[in-house]
Amino acid sequence: MSQAWLTILQRDLLLAFRRRSDVATTVFFFLMVASLFPLGIGPEASVLSNIAPGVLWVAALLAGMISLTRMFAADFTDGSLEQLLLAPQPLAVLVLAKILAHWLVCGLPVVLLAPFIGLQYALPSEALWVLVWSLLLGTPALSLIGAIGAALTLGVRGSGLLVALLVLPLYIPVLIFGAGAVAASQHGMSAQAHLSLLAACSLLSLVLAPLATAAALRISVE
Amino acid sequence: MNWFKYSSPQTFYPLAGRMIPWFAGLATLFALAGLYVSFAIAPTDFQQGEAYRIIFVHVPAAWMSMFIYIVMAGWAGLGLALNARLSAMMAQALAPTGAIFTLLALVTGSLWGKPMWGAWWVWDARLTSELILLFLYIGFMALQSSIDDPRRADRAGALLALVGVVNVPIIYFSVKWWNTLHQGSTINMGAAPKMVATMLIGMLFLALAFWMYTIAVSLMRVRCIMLERERHAEWVQALSGVKS
Repeated sequence: MSQAWLTILQRDLLLAFRRRSDVATTVFFFLMVASLFPLGIGPEASVLSNIAPGVLWVAALLAGMISLTRMFAADFTDGSLEQLLLAPQPLAVLVLAKILAHWLVCGLPVVLLAPFIGLQYALPSEALWVLVWSLLLGTPALSLIGAIGAALTLGVRGSGLLVALLVLPLYIPVLIFGAGAVAASQHGMSAQAHLSLLAACSLLSLVLAPLATAAALRISVE
Repeated sequence: MNWFKYSSPQTFYPLAGRMIPWFAGLATLFALAGLYVSFAIAPTDFQQGEAYRIIFVHVPAAWMSMFIYIVMAGWAGLGLALNARLSAMMAQALAPTGAIFTLLALVTGSLWGKPMWGAWWVWDARLTSELILLFLYIGFMALQSSIDDPRRADRAGALLALVGVVNVPIIYFSVKWWNTLHQGSTINMGAAPKMVATMLIGMLFLALAFWMYTIAVSLMRVRCIMLERERHAEWVQALSGVKS
């Protein structure tokens, strides 16, 4: 089973690497949205550092949501998703490989770029650390929960916006804890509670989301 | 008595038709009783004056918004597990009423909040999670309307409803888990209620009225859904007043 898991992971990473523009658009969207806010609000450092946790987290959220449809859509159109459903391994496990590939390609670059954007927002170094940790703990939850939305809206017209409408309510707790962690560290308080709850969200979705995604895939492909 | 024979649209349609007037009548009676108690009998509040009376609409609407979501998720789950299309139609019928009650709870809460808290809206845990509930209802309705195949729409919506049901305990316990501006629970199962009996009775009457209304309206809606989805069936064609 691990052989199948690794094969799917490798395949998805290879496909993403071949179409690097897909990946790059996600990253550049994050950079652009994060750059729009200072342009709109004004360059005053105190204002920017106040809004930084929320803005950066929302930008990460939106960038993740844009890339969700590519998780299953290409495989759905060329028929390889059906083959995946017919595989003897449990679908939830195989789906986890696809979600991991998606996170490595769309979530991890956001985590790595965040400190540099945080510098643009005049965040202190302690808060930058917490920002990276919060994104590292929170973005897996975003990929996992987003996978459920992506699987439910396979092949539906207008699926890009519909996915956003479906997963945003489920993203809100992650957003609140993530931005709250950075805001707490900015005010000198410990971000421990927020980060723990973020990790809890990610762990809970790690256990439950692949099962829900597998069920959603079976519903969508029938 | 074989109740399962009513799990087909053909047998449930006339049954629902007979049930609707009863529930509508009960809703009217409870509403009249509740409005009478809430305006004429319940005393003026010591702190809030007369403006507190919006509680008689706000709290029952909020209760119904959470209750309808759970019932909707229950019917959706049943439809998914038993592959029964009538259960899925029932879930589809409940969603708009649930969304309306959620919106009503948010709006009446906002109207209450302005004189009492000085703000139309605050981002505290209970208000935010109730807003999330509204988005969940709208997402459920949007997903079902965007998928063409009705059975696939049923199943996809059912999965979404079940995933979202985790929000309802969060709303309910939000006032206990977080420091919120919204007041804590005045009525719980374990202790005597902390409000005057007449106020409680007014609220309960209106909660029952909303419940009976929900059942009546959902039955009416599910009959429409049955006619739309089963329009090719012979029993629909045979109904008087149906153009073939």
